Parts: sequence; structure tokens; C-alpha cells
Amino acid sequence: MARMHVETTINGESAEFLCQPGESLLDALRNELNLTGTKEGCNTGDCGACSVMLDGRLVPSCMVLAPEVEGRSVGTIEGVAQGDELHPLQQKFLEHAALQCGICTPGFIVAAKALLEKNPDPTEEEARYWLAGNLCRCTGYDKIIRAVLDTAAEMNGTNGAATNGAAG
Amino acid sequence: MSERKFKQVGTRPIRHDGLEKVTGRANFGADYSLPGMLQGAVLRSPHAHAKIVSIDTSPALEVEGVKAVISGRDFPIPTREGDRQQYGDVPDLANNVIARDKVLYHGHAVAAVAATTIEAAQRGAEKIRVEYEVLPPVLDIESAIAPDAAILHDDLVCQGPAPVPSSPTNVARRTLLSGGDIEQGFADSDVVVEREFTTPMVHQGYIEPHATVVETLENGNVTIWCCTQGPFAVRGLTASVTGIELSKIKVIPSEIGGGFGGKTTIYLEPLAVELSRRSGRPVKLVMSREEVFRATGPTSAGRVRVKMGARKDGRLVAAEVVMYYEAGAFPGSPVGAGCMCALSAYCFDHFVIDGYDVVTTKPRVAAYRAPGAPIAAFGVEQVVDEVAERLGLDPIELRLLNAVQENDVAPYGPKYQAIGFRETLEEARKHPNYSATLGPNQGRGVASGFWFNAGLQSSASVHMNEDGTAIVTTGNPDIGGSRAAQAIMVAEELGIGAEQVVPLVGDTESAGYTDLTGGSRTAYATGMAIIEASQDIVRQLRERAAKIWGVELDGVAWEDGRAVPSNGAASDVEPLNLAEIAAQMGATGGPIVAQAAVSPPMAGPGFATHLCDVEVDQETGKVTVLRYTTVQDAGKAVHPSYVEGQMQGGAAQGIGWALNEEYIFDENGVVENPGFLDYRMPVASDLPMIDTVIVEVANPLHPYGVRGVGETPIVPPLACVANAVAAATGKRFTDLPISPPRVLAAIDGD
Ligand code: FES
Ligand code: FES
Repeated sequence: MARMHVETTINGESAEFLCQPGESLLDALRNELNLTGTKEGCNTGDCGACSVMLDGRLVPSCMVLAPEVEGRSVGTIEGVAQGDELHPLQQKFLEHAALQCGICTPGFIVAAKALLEKNPDPTEEEARYWLAGNLCRCTGYDKIIRAVLDTAAEMNGTNGAATNGAAG
Repeated sequence: MSERKFKQVGTRPIRHDGLEKVTGRANFGADYSLPGMLQGAVLRSPHAHAKIVSIDTSPALEVEGVKAVISGRDFPIPTREGDRQQYGDVPDLANNVIARDKVLYHGHAVAAVAATTIEAAQRGAEKIRVEYEVLPPVLDIESAIAPDAAILHDDLVCQGPAPVPSSPTNVARRTLLSGGDIEQGFADSDVVVEREFTTPMVHQGYIEPHATVVETLENGNVTIWCCTQGPFAVRGLTASVTGIELSKIKVIPSEIGGGFGGKTTIYLEPLAVELSRRSGRPVKLVMSREEVFRATGPTSAGRVRVKMGARKDGRLVAAEVVMYYEAGAFPGSPVGAGCMCALSAYCFDHFVIDGYDVVTTKPRVAAYRAPGAPIAAFGVEQVVDEVAERLGLDPIELRLLNAVQENDVAPYGPKYQAIGFRETLEEARKHPNYSATLGPNQGRGVASGFWFNAGLQSSASVHMNEDGTAIVTTGNPDIGGSRAAQAIMVAEELGIGAEQVVPLVGDTESAGYTDLTGGSRTAYATGMAIIEASQDIVRQLRERAAKIWGVELDGVAWEDGRAVPSNGAASDVEPLNLAEIAAQMGATGGPIVAQAAVSPPMAGPGFATHLCDVEVDQETGKVTVLRYTTVQDAGKAVHPSYVEGQMQGGAAQGIGWALNEEYIFDENGVVENPGFLDYRMPVASDLPMIDTVIVEVANPLHPYGVRGVGETPIVPPLACVANAVAAATGKRFTDLPISPPRVLAAIDGD
């Protein structure tokens, strides 16, 4: 089958690639563009490991056809740090030990960044529901949620802390 | 030991591999590619139980792009002669990797294809013609042990103490532990509680599917990249299955996206090796999530009957536990470990633990975090709860009255050294979670858990750089922060910062032999090797300083990363710091390197106590976890954040097992929910924060007092949640998962 030529923007830079018409954006990123930071956990839209931004919207890239990104703008984990400066979320994930194996981490960071762009001061519950599309099997989510809320607090210059389950 | 003042141990440095993992740079199993690489696809059985009459792979070769096709008959006939038993039975493993004469579960690999694209490989696989003679599936313990059961393995002979079923049978092994006089024990009891429990098959649920890339060279050497908990296990097992000499195989572990025991064995590697050998090209095989569910993991479904007697004063007297665990297609359920753990937290003068390993036409089980223990604890810890309830005793009080302590003897033999079980109970009782106010339809559960932890073989090497920094290499893939813990241990001994140590995961040719990352053994056993090697480095650093100062070795002490004069020797010299000594390595005797190997026969056991508050929705039957607290004896937490992470992660997996997760099979043995949508693991909105309390009762077997921490946390939650639901509803839930329909049926039964 003839491969399709796609021109798009990835992490702010123009990019082009060839792909099968039925190929997913996830496969195109990983296999055609060598951007393997975006992970595959399920290929059915259920785990969030493949989270990317498409024209400013959070999407699972396994559920997007690669030719659909023609002329659009894609943001991946590789574009989250600016130069040699980590995004505050990346720094907080490290400080809070919010990763164990780390396979879910790129997806969580992309999704959490989208959350904070939309809602800079989420409650614990809002963060938990926003991130409910991202599976993590290692951490029990506690440290991930703390890292996200702490990032929000830091970016807002406030001192919010995650609520403790036992204090409820 | 515990009195030692630590400088690095117990701190929380940022993990060394963290930057790669938050930026997407870290390479996991599926992230490798090689020039000219082919993609592979596996043809899997559409039947749960069938004889393979014939396989014709030739039509696949006609598909454009297909370069190699293999079936089970392309592998050497697996024998038990001279195989490497340390990883289990090699013929069974080989037959699980690819079926030869018989398929034993839906999804069992039958053939594999390598092609220039994944689509071509899949089209090729579809063209393979397999003729099956379909046999009746065997889908639960009852039908597997029934007298007229279809037999999975004609040559299976039941092992273990009599009476055991005679052949042919689906019961592979009986494990029996006993002490005292069980009948007398029940006669001496004032209350006796007896119940039967069942748990379904569940999957480890690691987010990263299995993946491998294999390259074979003209001289027959093979390189395997894969995501595994044990590169040396992959090497040994792949050698056994393919018949290739072990020394010709090199295994390079990638970063690993979770395992929980499920990546301690092999599935794809021998297939990729054989496809690569035949095509002369590198071959990549990656499982889909569906394949992961159908053909890897899971852990056993179990049936556990518990009968327990106690005196009025709260003393537990007698317990009888009978357990049947499904092994799936080949013998090897963790029922033996279940037997070891079932009653190990309490003192019983009279006990019988009787376990049966049963094969069924379902995926072959693999290790899953504290294998076997949660299933046993689901029964035992609920019955303990009920005994407390019947006696009107607080459940923590009852446990404290009966908790094992130092010098008590575990049912499986060993005498406990220092353990921190009572401390976990006391900390749990003090925790605010235990006194938080409960509202209507809410309830609180308590449960404890035990895991014996593993020792096994480990090695480590440490070498100094000229600038005074150090590199530590081991053969243990880092599955949850072990690099950071390893760097901390080197830093502790050398007296430098953890960030001045580079921790490396070696491959099978650059690291000394090391057993897998699993069994909660890495921080413990590999840690011992690291500490020993680091101490050797310190001795060498002192030697160099002694040489520079012209004194004897005992004239040099090592303090805070510096050589200082001691014993009155050379008291006029300035201390030499590590960097200064390292800079002179060349002139004082050459490179400073050390290695150490250990093989501790045992490890210090881990105990935990969990608290759980739930609310039960009376309309829907949904159980919501409101609060969850884990208290665990870590011996000594090397990097407390990652210890807490193990406690929280294990609790979350256990909560999923308790409330949602289960394999659903249809009557033909086909898994009906092989995806994350229908196999429902906990998501962030399902859980509260999970509080952690680390208790530190030093493990006398380890120089820092470390105990393994990874597995114990999944032992209590099944029963802990069930006890909470029982408190909220007044109903006992003896079958998992405690799903909304089951809860509603129980409530509506009123
Ligand atoms: S891989 Fe896309 S959601 Fe799981
Ligand atoms: S850290 Fe392993 S899946 Fe999240």
C-alpha cells in the first residue's frame, strides 16, 4: 500500500513523515520519527501511556490516525522540557519519587501539564479525575497526585499541600 | 546495625535514572530498533485445550515480506536432563513458550512469523494452517480434580505426602505442614470459625507489554534486548529452550515498565532467537495488551478453607487451612508459598496447612508479588477478624495477643530472629486512621500480612573514578528505584554523597551473575554485595593513604570520606579526601576496584498491618475506599520514598484485586476481558491517598538491618478491604472481587 506523506508540527518544529493510511499517531511518532518517549500500554485508549497534545487538546495518540495530524500541531513528552530546563512537573515528579518503573511517567506528565494549563489550581479530586485516564500500576497514585498538586502550588506561588486521607 | 549512625541511608536523593524517565529518553523494551530489523507476530491457539494434529507453515512464506516462519517442532525436544532447574521445570517452560503437541490454553503460542512489516507478519501468521483435535477445557478446580476430569498432562504424577491422587491426575503437588494435635486444638477452643473463600485469576498488570529484539551473528552468537526482571534467567532459560550454548547468548536488559513477578520468566525470547537465526536478520517481537492478558502472568485462582479455634481470652489455639490453587496450563502455582505464609503471623499450638497445586486449561501462572500469600491471607485474616468479633475483642488487640515475635517458630520451620510485627500493630492502633469517625454505611477493616523474603545469589562491582566519584554495577534491573538505593549504600560506606555515585545495571557480560530483581531481594542481597565491595574499596583507599603517608594500614582510619591518621600514627599529616587519593591512584598502585558476591540462604521476613475505611453505596453496591493506611517493618529504609512507594503500590494492587479485578472466562476457556477497559485496575479517582508508616526493626542478617519491602504490601489488602466491607454491611464477602453486583445481592438479601 502506498505510504502517505504527512506534514505537521511536532514540539514547535515542522516535521514530515511517511506512514500507512491506517497507522496510528503513536506508531508514527515511535517508528517513523523515533520519538519513543511516548509509550504504548494498550493501544486501545485505556491507559494514557501514549498521551500527547494535539492542537492543545490532550489525546491518546494510539486513538489518532497519523494522517490526521496533517497541518496540525503535536506536543509530546520530548517537548516538555525547555532547553536544559525541566518543566516544574518533571522536577516535582523527581522530588516526590512519583515514578517507580517510569513507563507511565511521560503520559502522566503530558496529561498533568494539560490539566494545569486548563486548571492551574486543581483540587485533589479534580486532579484524580483528570488523571483517571492514565494508569499507573506501581505507585498507587499517591506520590503522583502530590507531585501534581505541589507543582500547581509552586507555579501559583501558594503553599498548598495534598490532603491526607487519614485526616478526613 | 541499628545503632549505627547513618549519613546517607535514610535520605531521599533524586534517583539517578530519573531524568531519563521524566523526559522520555529512557529506553524500555519496545524502544529498541536495529537496522534491517524484521517485525514478528505470533499465531496463538483459538482453543483452550486441543491436540495439534498438523501444522503447515508453508503458506505463510508465500506472503510478500515474510522472511521466516517457525512452529514448536522447530525447537529441540525439551528434556529434563541437565536442565537448569533453578528457574523451574524447563520442558514445561519450553512447551509454554511454544506448543509442540498440545495447546493448553486459549492464546497458547503455536507458531511465529518474521516479516519486513508487522502487517506482513500478521498476514503470514493468518495463513498458517493448523489442524486441531479439540479436547474439553478444564476451567476450574472442581472440574480439574473431578474423577472424570479431562487430563492435561498424561505424564503428570502428583508429588507430595500421601494420600495424593494416583495418575492420571490434574493435581501436580500436595504441600502439607502440621504441628500439634489439630483435633485436640479444636476441642480446647471456645469458639471455632470456619469458612471457605475463593479468589479469581488476576494479572500483574504491568503497563509495559513484553518486548524483545534479538540479533544473531554469523558465528552463532545471540544478543537479546528485553524488558526483564532477570537478564541471567533469560539467558539460562533461552539457552535451555533453544539448545544454544549459554555462553553464546548475551542479554541486555532494557528499562523495565513494571513486572511484579510477571517478568521473571520468558515468552518471546526463544521465538525471536529462532526467527532471527532463520532469517539472518534482527527480529523484534512485542506483545499487544491482549496477548499479555491471554498468554502471560497471571496469578492463581484459589479456593481456601479456613477453620480456626480460639479460647475466650483471645488466644488462638488451632487452625486448619486447606488450599487449592490453579496453576494454569503447567504445574507451579504458588500454593507452596501460600502454605508457608498462611499462618506465619500468629502462634498456633495446633495447625494443619494442606495445599494442592492444580492444573487447568488457562494461562500458565507466573509469580505475582508475594506469590500465593495474598490468597491465603484473604481467608485467614478474615477468619481472625471474625474470631475477634465473636469474642468481642478489638481486632488489633486479638492480633497483638497472638502475634509471633523473636524466637517463635514459623509453621514452615525457621525460628524468627528480630521481627517487627507487633510494632506494626501498635503503630496501626496509634494511627489517626484507627480513630477517625465513621459515618453511616462506612466500616473499618484491619489485616496483617507476612512474606518470608528471598536471599539468593547476588554480586556487585564498585570502581573509583580519578575524580573521587564511584561507579557501582549490578545485574539487577531497576524496577522501582533500586539504582538510587544502591548508590546510597556505596555513598554510605565511602562517605560521599549519593549523587557522586553512578549506579549501573549491567548486562550478562558486564555484570557478575545475579539472580533476578524480585522476591524483595535486591536491596537486601544485592545490597549486601554492594556494601561488601564498598568496604573493600575503603580498605584500598586506606592502603593508598598509608602508602602516601608511609605508615601501616592501621595508622589510617576512614571518616566522612577522608583518610585520617589514627593510632597516633603520622598525626602531623593533613587528612586526604577521596578525590585526592583517587587522583593519585596511578602512582600508588593502580586502579581501585572491588567486587563481592553473596548467597544468603535466607532473608529477614517482612510484616505489615493495614487499615482501610470504606463506604458502601446502598443503591449501587459500589465500595469506595475512604482511607487507607499501611504500616510495615522495613528493617531499615534505605531510600524511604521508594519504600513508601512499594507500600502504596502494593496496597493499590491489593485494593484492585479485592474490589474489581478478575479474569472472566467463557465456557470455552476464552478470556472475555483481555483489555484495560474490562479488566478494571484502580485509577487515580478510585483511590485516596495511601498513608504509610515505616517501622524499623533491624534485620540481624543485613549489615544495615534492611529487609525486603516489595512484596509484603500486597498481602493484607484483600482481607483488609473485605473486613472493612463486612464492618460496613454486616455481611461477610468470601468471594473476590467484592464487586457492586455481589455487594448489592448481599445487601438485598436482607
Ligand atoms: S497506548 Fe494509548 S491509551 Fe494505552
Ligand atoms: S511507575 Fe510503573 S506504571 Fe507508573
